[in-house]
Amino acid sequence: MNRSGFTRRFIALLRKEVRQMLRDRSTMAVGLLLPAAMILLFGYGLSFDVKNAPVAVVMEDNSPMAREVVEGLRGSAYLSPAWSASMVDAEARMRAGEIDAIVRIPADFSRRLVVGDARIQLVLNGANTTTAQAVEGYVSGAIGTWAQRRADRSGNQRAATTTGSVEVVQRMWFNETGNSTWYLVPGLIVLVLTLIGAFLTSLLIAREWERGTLESLFVTPVRPVELVLAKLTPYLAIGAIDLVLCLLAARFLFEVPIRGSLPVICLTSMLYLAVSLLLGMFISGITRNQFQASQIALVASFMPALMLSGFVFDLRNVPLVIQWISQLLPATHFMGLIKTLFLAGNDWPTILSSSTILAVYAVVLIWATRRTLRKTLD
Amino acid sequence: MASFMASVARIGSLILKELLTIIKEPASRVILFGPALMQALLFGYGATYDLRQVPYAVLDQSRSAASIELLARLDGTGVFVREATLNSPAQIAGQVDAGRALLVISIPADFEARLAAKQNAPLQVILDGRNSSTAGIAASYVGAIVAGYNSALRDRVSGGAAQGITIERRAWYNPNLESRWNLMPALIAALSMLQTLLLSALSVAREREQGTFDQLLVTPLTPMQLLIGKALPAIVVGLLQSTIIFLIIRFWFQVPMNGSVGLLYLGLLTFNIAVVGVGLSISALSTSMQEAMLYTFLLIMPLMLLSGLLTPVRNMPEVLQVATYINPLRFGMSIVRGVYLEGAGLAEVGLEFIPLLLLAAVTLPLAAWLFRNRMS
Repeated sequence: MNRSGFTRRFIALLRKEVRQMLRDRSTMAVGLLLPAAMILLFGYGLSFDVKNAPVAVVMEDNSPMAREVVEGLRGSAYLSPAWSASMVDAEARMRAGEIDAIVRIPADFSRRLVVGDARIQLVLNGANTTTAQAVEGYVSGAIGTWAQRRADRSGNQRAATTTGSVEVVQRMWFNETGNSTWYLVPGLIVLVLTLIGAFLTSLLIAREWERGTLESLFVTPVRPVELVLAKLTPYLAIGAIDLVLCLLAARFLFEVPIRGSLPVICLTSMLYLAVSLLLGMFISGITRNQFQASQIALVASFMPALMLSGFVFDLRNVPLVIQWISQLLPATHFMGLIKTLFLAGNDWPTILSSSTILAVYAVVLIWATRRTLRKTLD
Repeated sequence: MASFMASVARIGSLILKELLTIIKEPASRVILFGPALMQALLFGYGATYDLRQVPYAVLDQSRSAASIELLARLDGTGVFVREATLNSPAQIAGQVDAGRALLVISIPADFEARLAAKQNAPLQVILDGRNSSTAGIAASYVGAIVAGYNSALRDRVSGGAAQGITIERRAWYNPNLESRWNLMPALIAALSMLQTLLLSALSVAREREQGTFDQLLVTPLTPMQLLIGKALPAIVVGLLQSTIIFLIIRFWFQVPMNGSVGLLYLGLLTFNIAVVGVGLSISALSTSMQEAMLYTFLLIMPLMLLSGLLTPVRNMPEVLQVATYINPLRFGMSIVRGVYLEGAGLAEVGLEFIPLLLLAAVTLPLAAWLFRNRMS
C-alpha cells in the first residue's frame, strides 16, 4: 500500500515538474541549446596547439651559415618566421603583441661558430607563458637539429673526434599527436554536465520557497524524498540528451577516440550528472533564495569545475592544500575518469574508485537535500 | 541648474535604494565579496601551467655507467621524482594507466655499447598524453637534460672545446615564465565580471517580478536617470571586487605591477560599464529573475572561455576570433594584462577601449529603451 502510494505521488509530482520545465523557454534554452553551442564553440575554440606562431628573425650576420640556421626555423610547421630589419623594429612589434618571439643572430655568429662558441639570442613574450614555452621548444629544437646535422657532416671528415649521442625517441601514449583537443573535449562533457546541474537545479527549490508554493506542498502527503526524486528526474532526461550530443560531437566532429566501453562512459556520466543535479538542489534548498542559490552554484560548482578539476590545469602542478580541496570536488573525480575512459580505455581500478566516490556523493546529497526540505516553516 | 540638481538628487536616491537592496541582507553581503576573495586565493594557487614535479618511472635494461649517469642527471634536477624502478617492459603500462608516472624512461640493453661504438643510442620516453600540454612540457625537460648529457659526452671526446651553439633565452614581462603572472591579472577582470553581470541582470528583473518596477516607472525619473541609477551601483561593486583581487595579486602573490594604476582603473571602469550595459539589457529583456539568471549563465560560459583566459585567442579558428570582438572580457582582460604585466601605456592599449565603448554605447541605450517599451 505504501509502495503504490509512493508511485502515485511520485508520478503526479513528476508530471508537474515536467510540465513546468517544458513551459519555461529559458530553462529549455540553457538545458539543450547551451550544451550544443558549448561543445561546438569550445571544441573548436579552445586549443593550446601553437601553429604558425609569428617569430621575428633579426639577422645581424648575413653569412650563409647564419642563413642556414634560419632556414631550419622555416621548416617547422609551428613557427612562421619573418625577417625584421633591426632589433629595435622587432622589439616594437613584440610590444604591440604582433609576434611571440624574436630570434637574433648576432653579428659575430659565424666567426664564433668556427671557434665553437656561437650564441643565438631568443627573446620570448612572457605575457603568454604557454605559447612562450612551446615556441622556445620549437626554436631550440630546430636549431638543435641543425647543429646535429652540422656536427654529423663535419664528423665524416674528422671521425676520430665524433661520438655517438643519445637520441630521445618519444612516444605519447593515449594521444599520439599531442593534440590538445583530445584532452579538452572529454573535459567539456564534465563542464556541460556541471553546468546543467548547477544552473538549472539550483533555482528549482529556491523558486518554490520564494513563491511560497513549497509550503502548499507541505500540506499534501508528499514526502521530501519523493520531491527530490521527482525534481531530479526530468533534468536527468535533459542531461541524458546533452550527453548523447556531447558524445556524438566528440566522436564524429572532433574525432576524439573513445577507447573505453561506451556503456561504462554513459553510466558513469549519468552518475556524475545525478551528483551535479543534486548538488544544485542542495544549494537551492539551503539558500531558499534564487539569487544566492545561483551565486553559490556558480562559485561552488561551476568555477571550481572549470579551474580546479584538472580540466586545463594539471593537478600535479598545484600545491598540496589545493590538491586536497580539488579532491573534495566531484568534478575532479569524474574529470580523471572520463579522460581515462576516452583516451586510455577501461582501467578498472580508476573506474571503480571514481564511481564509488561519486555514488557516495549522490547518496549523501540525497540525504542532505531531503533534510533541507523537512516540513518546517520558519 | 535647479533641474540638474533635482535630477542628481533623484539619481542619488535611486542609487541609495539600489545599494540598500544589495547590502541589506547579510547573505548577499557575504556573497558580494567573499567569493571574489576566496576564488582569487584558490585560483592563484590552483591555476598554474608550471610543471614543478614530474613523477616518472624508469626501466633500465642497460644498467651501465652511461645509463646511471644519465638517470643521475634526471634525479639531480629536483623536478623529476622517481616513483618506480621497473624490471620488465610489461610493467610500463600499469604505471602510466594508473597515472602514477607522467612518463616512463626506457633504456635499452645495448645503450652503453652503442654509445661506445659511436652510434646513436635510442632512449625511449613514454608519456601520458591525457593532458597533452603537461606531457609536452615534461618532454621538453627530458630533451634539455639529454641535450646536456650529449654535449658532455662530446666534450669528453673532443677535450672540452668545440661546442656548437648556445641559445640565450630571455623572456619579457615574465622572466621565469611563471604562468601565475600571466593568469592572475586576467582574473581581475574575469572574476569581477561574473558578479557585475549577474547583479545588473537581476536588478530590473527582480523589480519586475516583485511588481515594484512599474512604481519606478511612474516616478519623475526619466529612463536615462533610471539607467544611471541602476548602472552605477553595479559598476561600483564590480570595481570594489576588482580592487580586492588586485590587492591579493599584488601583495599576497607579489606579482609585480608594471603599469599605471590610473590606467588600470580607467580600463576596469570602461570594462565594467560595458558589462553592466550587457547585464541591464538582459535584465530589461527578461520577465522574471529566473529568466535573467539563466540568460546570464548562457552568456558567461562563452564569455569566459572565448576570452583568452585559458587558451590564447590566436589559437582559435578565424571565425571564432572574429566573434570575440563582441566579447567585453576579451578586451577588458587584454587591457588589464597589458597594463599590469607589460606596463603598457595608453598608446599600446588605447585601441582595446574602442570595442568596449562601442558595446556600452549600444547596450546602455538599448536597456534604457527596453525599460519603457518592454512591459510584461
